[in-house]
Amino acid sequence: MNSVLLEARKLTKRFGGVIALKSVSLTIHRGEIYGLIGPNGAGKTTFFNVITGLYACDEGEVWLAGERLDLSRPHRVAAAGIARTFQNVRLFANMTALENVMVGRHAKGRAGVISAILRTRGERGEEAAMRAKAMELLRYVGIERRAYDLAGHLSYGDQRRLEIARALALEPKLLALDEPAAGMNATETEALRQLIEGLNRDGLTVLLIEHDMRFVMGLCHRIAVLDYGEKIAEGAPAEISRDARVIEAYLGQGAACP
Amino acid sequence: MRQLRWPYWLGVLLVAATLLLLPFALSAIGTAWVRITNLAILFVFLALGLNIVVGMAGLLDLGYVAFYAVGAYTWALLASPHFDVHWPAWAILPLGAALACVAGVLLGAPTLRLRGDYLAIVTLGFGEIVRIFLNNLSAPFNITNGPKGITRIDGLSLAGIQFNASETFLGIPFTAPIKYYYVLLILLLVILIINLRLADSRIGRAWVAIREDEIAAKACGIDTRNVKLLAFAMGASFGGIAGGMFAAIQGFVSPESFVLNESIMILAMVVLGGMGNVWGVIAGAMLLSFVPELLRYTVEPIQRALFGRMLIEPEVLRMLIFGAALVLTMRFRPAGLWPEKRHKQEMSVAS
Repeated sequence: MNSVLLEARKLTKRFGGVIALKSVSLTIHRGEIYGLIGPNGAGKTTFFNVITGLYACDEGEVWLAGERLDLSRPHRVAAAGIARTFQNVRLFANMTALENVMVGRHAKGRAGVISAILRTRGERGEEAAMRAKAMELLRYVGIERRAYDLAGHLSYGDQRRLEIARALALEPKLLALDEPAAGMNATETEALRQLIEGLNRDGLTVLLIEHDMRFVMGLCHRIAVLDYGEKIAEGAPAEISRDARVIEAYLGQGAACP
Repeated sequence: MRQLRWPYWLGVLLVAATLLLLPFALSAIGTAWVRITNLAILFVFLALGLNIVVGMAGLLDLGYVAFYAVGAYTWALLASPHFDVHWPAWAILPLGAALACVAGVLLGAPTLRLRGDYLAIVTLGFGEIVRIFLNNLSAPFNITNGPKGITRIDGLSLAGIQFNASETFLGIPFTAPIKYYYVLLILLLVILIINLRLADSRIGRAWVAIREDEIAAKACGIDTRNVKLLAFAMGASFGGIAGGMFAAIQGFVSPESFVLNESIMILAMVVLGGMGNVWGVIAGAMLLSFVPELLRYTVEPIQRALFGRMLIEPEVLRMLIFGAALVLTMRFRPAGLWPEKRHKQEMSVAS
């Protein structure tokens, strides 16, 4: 089987006169943890929004597991296998944690209005299976005790975990995490690292944006660096930390000189 | 599964008995009260329908009364001397619901990208367009009979029972409003079950998810376009059913019954009761239907007894109290009298 899972080809996104992404191409292989880093405003989140279909890109295409994604329909991208979390946690605050994960499983279900009204055997079976799977995912991320609490009432760390559980409910091919460790303390970050490593060990490919350098360097297999919408480097963490352009982008011109 | 014990069934039995005997108790006070109750039940239908759109899916619809009008005129045109067609109820009521459903999709499709205030303005316009059409579709072809409305509409007749006529059964007098009351009660039960089941289903959760965060809902794989259209369609069809029954009960419809004020009233029922919660919405609809009527019957006698004459018109006082009640509710219970709690309790018992 082809080892390429996601291939972004020459993605360009403009906001008026600002070019947020300038012909960015990158390839993510099955089973890796791929990091996307760069200074503030480098276009990382824009890249996320483009590959998940939330922003219409101006040029370029995205292929997932050998199929071209229809970027004009975000729900299709999700159903095709890219699940994501958001930089500022976006949960359904007035729904319980369990319901949040069940919504995450929406695309896996088929029950419509009629079968819901008639409570057909198929619908009841699907609901029960959805509930069981959602419960299992809450247990996996370690918040099953909060299953019946409203998502908005959860602690920040638990909300982050819930968002990951909701993304996992899609049984994605690629899990895209937008700054998962933002705002977390050292203990929470460590627990998150273990969670991501566990997911990866179970075969999930992970794409993550992160600011916490130690977190990224320790966790990712490969890293791409964006600066002003352009990919300026790509490689293993050790190479990236020595790359002159990367150091310049982060620390300014001259810093790379010995 | 939760075990349902005897206190539960006793409660159900008591409620059922009360509901079954209610019209007789009411007609002892005055026949008008049965009719008022029937209209209140129609408003419960409307409020439950609007609750799907506004309460669950979070789409602010200010033109909901248009679907009520579609249902009412469907019945009025197909069962009256106006065109001299007299279709049977089992055909018109579903047809009215279906046409309202189509109208819902027609309103929903162009407004999919709109939210909040913008959606409210467009839906408000839609409601007015429907009303103005009804007002003016009398020339060159007389379809709606304009502002004069349509009169002598057939009542409901099902299985050989004429619901517009009084009759005595087992020595008990059943007047027309009492007979309609039972039909509405059965319809109410059906609509209630549909709402409760939808609220706790894959589609119901998708509606709430869109209300809570549309972008996250998309990222979860929800086709927000279809799911929103579904909310418009379902909500509208309840309005269509309520409209059909309204035409049958009143025997007369005119555009005047479908003004913006009615839309606002239905919305107030949903908001006051508790958006998203089926029981709260029912309570809101009942409250806003009955309290004005109660005032109408009490304000005048009380004033005459106290001051010997009428100082404030009941209608004026009604709006004053109504406005104050809404302001107080929004100040002290902003989520409504009986807010949605996403059946937290029920599920923790089940686990």
